Amino acid sequence: MLLDQLIQFLITGITIGAIYALVGLGFSLIYNASDVVNFAQGEFVMIGAMSAIFIYGAGVPYFVAILIAIFISMFVGVALEKLAIEQARNATVVTTIIITIGASIFLRGAALLIWGKEIYGFPSISGDDPIKVGNITILPQSLWIMACTALFVFLLRYFFQKTLTGKAILACSFNKKAAYLMGIEVKHMLALAYGISGLLGGIAGVLITPITYMTYGAGVMLGLKGFCASILGGMGNSMGAVIGGLILGIVESLGAGFISSGYKDAISFFIILLVLFFRPAGLFGKTGVERV
Amino acid sequence: MRLVGLYIFLAVTIGLGLLFPDNYYVSVVGSTAFFHIILAVALNLFMGYAGQISLGHAAFFGIGAYTSAILTTRFNLNPFVAMSAGAMLTGALSTLLARPILKLKGHYLAMATLGLGIIVHIFLVQEEWLTGGPDGLSGIPPIKIASLVVDTDIQWYFILCAVSAMTIWISLNLMDSRMGRALRAIHGSEIAAEVLGIDTASAKAQVFVLSAVLTSIAGSLFVHQQAFISPDSCSFAFSVELVTMVVLGGLGSTFGAVFGAAILTFLPEFLVHFEELEVLLYGAILMCIMIFLPKGVFVSAVDGVMHLFQRRCVRDVGSS
Amino acid sequence: MKLHRIVRGLFLILFLGIFLAPPWAMAKRPIKIGSFLALTGPASFLGDPELKTLKMYIEEVNEKGGIDGHKVELIYYDTGGKAKEAKDIVKRLIKKDRVDVIVGGSTSGTTLAVIDIVQRAKVPLISLAGSIRIIQPVKKWVFKTPHTDRMAAAKIFEDMKKRGITKVALITGDGGFDKSGRAQCLDLAPKYGIEIVADEKYSNSDTDMTTQLTKIRATDAQAILNFGFGKAPAIVTKNVRQLGIKLPLYQSHGVASKKFLQLAGKAAEGVRLPAAALLVAEKLPDSDPQKKVLLAYKHKYEAKYGPVSTFGGHAYDGLFIALDAIDRANSLDRAKIRDEIEKTKNFIGTGGIFNMSPTDHLGLDLSAFKMLEVKNGDWTLVQ
Repeated sequence: MLLDQLIQFLITGITIGAIYALVGLGFSLIYNASDVVNFAQGEFVMIGAMSAIFIYGAGVPYFVAILIAIFISMFVGVALEKLAIEQARNATVVTTIIITIGASIFLRGAALLIWGKEIYGFPSISGDDPIKVGNITILPQSLWIMACTALFVFLLRYFFQKTLTGKAILACSFNKKAAYLMGIEVKHMLALAYGISGLLGGIAGVLITPITYMTYGAGVMLGLKGFCASILGGMGNSMGAVIGGLILGIVESLGAGFISSGYKDAISFFIILLVLFFRPAGLFGKTGVERV
Repeated sequence: MRLVGLYIFLAVTIGLGLLFPDNYYVSVVGSTAFFHIILAVALNLFMGYAGQISLGHAAFFGIGAYTSAILTTRFNLNPFVAMSAGAMLTGALSTLLARPILKLKGHYLAMATLGLGIIVHIFLVQEEWLTGGPDGLSGIPPIKIASLVVDTDIQWYFILCAVSAMTIWISLNLMDSRMGRALRAIHGSEIAAEVLGIDTASAKAQVFVLSAVLTSIAGSLFVHQQAFISPDSCSFAFSVELVTMVVLGGLGSTFGAVFGAAILTFLPEFLVHFEELEVLLYGAILMCIMIFLPKGVFVSAVDGVMHLFQRRCVRDVGSS
Repeated sequence: MKLHRIVRGLFLILFLGIFLAPPWAMAKRPIKIGSFLALTGPASFLGDPELKTLKMYIEEVNEKGGIDGHKVELIYYDTGGKAKEAKDIVKRLIKKDRVDVIVGGSTSGTTLAVIDIVQRAKVPLISLAGSIRIIQPVKKWVFKTPHTDRMAAAKIFEDMKKRGITKVALITGDGGFDKSGRAQCLDLAPKYGIEIVADEKYSNSDTDMTTQLTKIRATDAQAILNFGFGKAPAIVTKNVRQLGIKLPLYQSHGVASKKFLQLAGKAAEGVRLPAAALLVAEKLPDSDPQKKVLLAYKHKYEAKYGPVSTFGGHAYDGLFIALDAIDRANSLDRAKIRDEIEKTKNFIGTGGIFNMSPTDHLGLDLSAFKMLEVKNGDWTLVQ
């Protein structure tokens, strides 16, 4: 019985963790390319989900609606880079943080105007009947979330390690000037990074809404958890964000299961603090050398 | 010369208080603005001077507020004793946390302070027996100065005006002290400062504790002014708002923080008339200011004026 | 440089504009109803129908010529569900807008925060929030229209007792409504001979509650009681079914809207909850004195905005208790209005039949609550 419980907790943890990982991946990607922590990442998720809900509601076929929605959040990502981040090239870290916070408030405000304050649901990819193995149950949608997260992690890895464009984005993050001198169109690369990040957010949104529902304000919490995931794993290491997300989800679930459900978020933040005290750059982050 | 700004601040605020004692925007919003000014100036000590970041200052505000609320309602302690207790508790906690937390840099520091803020917030929500849970605590007694019970809006206005002025004064003086110079050196480059023989860890820790204690005192005053406290008032969103005030006005400038606090207090009052558009406009204005005036409204304005007059005293005023 | 000057100039104008704004010109003075509602934030699904209801009926009253020749004016602001905002707004309503009555406070937290202010300023307040702490102990100037969380708990336990349930697992969120409901449940359970065998919690922004429910599954609970509002109860409902838990599931009046049925879908089948009769207006016997009022409200609201919720109904009750009191008082004297509100007798509202008194500033009893069960995607009355 206890083992059943443990497995159920883990399944829940991994499902939630996979969501955090997808959001965290977006954080990590933008940070990699531009040294900016994008606090509007959660809003990408919300916009992807809300767009899918409404496009589908308007009678567009399910998967087409999802594709359009993901495209929309990708577009929002590019727009954020072009209209805000690029305009503030010489801004300091703190200033860019405030810009992205401003952007997240703006996007929330826009969603409020367009879609209102209602809570919305969205149908699952393959039904709501749980798969049962003994006492353990899992929703098909959870499997989809895990599978898609894994798929995109590998796609991204491939993109950054094997393709020229991916390598060019990485080059921008190491040294913009050098990258520019090497003939890389830094501007395009940054826009591309934001676009991919928006796309990841949109996918996360579409995948989780059947389980968690969506409102115009739901992006805040998701963004926060994604930020935690990427910090826990180590900023700038995209695999770190994935593992960070999974750890976060599992810690939350086990914390709620075995210690206290009221304090589960506090437990996970406590663990993050502990990790940072011993590893100030996250689990997999490299402690950078500061140039004087 | 250094204190000219402070005199102007006092003249304007006292003048408004005397001229419009019953105006809603002066006595009510003005009092809120003073709270924000105290908090933003305190946070600027840590963020602007020492070049650090904190997304968890609402926690210190909450600790001060709740300590005062609990001690005065449950144990009938004098508000000033309770306030000192809150300040001491915050001081102890921040001293304890300063070393491990301040080892972190940039986004990791942001994360750690954010986590701290959220843990405190969850505690305030969950421990209903002590904190009243999400509905908070009410019926907190007003403070008494000599035999005067402070409970009207305009009385609070003047008291908070005085406290803000004191906070500004502390901030301006600190800047010109040995400590202030050490902090500015850290802001420039931590490693260079260390090479120069500055104990950077200790300087950062001291200013962190000072900033936290000032924040806690503001929290204590807040519960007595509001006669009420709930976890809403010390949430993550509030921490972010405080950071926004400091950056919006101009990081590293005391009057930048004052300006940022004033803008972010009055802006929502004004945007309220746009109803559904309020959130959108707030975000848009925030973004635009930061994109076009990345150094902050106040600092950019001062820089602009100084350039116009081609004076040489740019640095004196711009950076104090 | 130019930009700096422009920005500074703009702020100067803004500040001057604020301070020099002329006071309202007063001819034939309208009745000013002030309101502070959660129009954004997690509790906006309360504030939204409340505001729509207030606007719709004030328009109607004005079309009919107002109250004693006075037009009615609504002045409202958004609290975002936050206590601090609510305090500032209520001060603004009293000091700047000088309202005659305040109808509002979507959440208990915002209402509790402003009680001191209205008591001191002597302005009647009719709250639209649930907590029993708003009216107990009785505060001279504070009234409310929704049933209390304590009544909801009592109604649920009554129903459980009828079904022979004695062991209950409680699961609640971290909002004010949830916490207050939980406290009332823990307090009342022994009086009904009910034992609370699990007391699980979640955060209202959580995306999944299967962990807590897995723990509940391992207890010997005979029923699950979820006190909460917003999307969390819908997730709990889905998670219960997903885990294959067959126990009866009770929800609170916090989910009494069509939205809950839509979100939880099939999983909501068999869920029971206490709610005002509004949700089952058509199914009430014709002899029910409330039926006419309920249908009228429902049709009017649905013609304009879509499915009704009981939350908007609370605003209807609050508004008309206030307007009737002003009508009876024949005066805009706040003290007289307050006295008349307290004398409200046999007012048929959407929440029930109100009979207020100096010791009861709500005036509803348990009979105002109906026990509903979800069957075939719709509400049905439990006999």
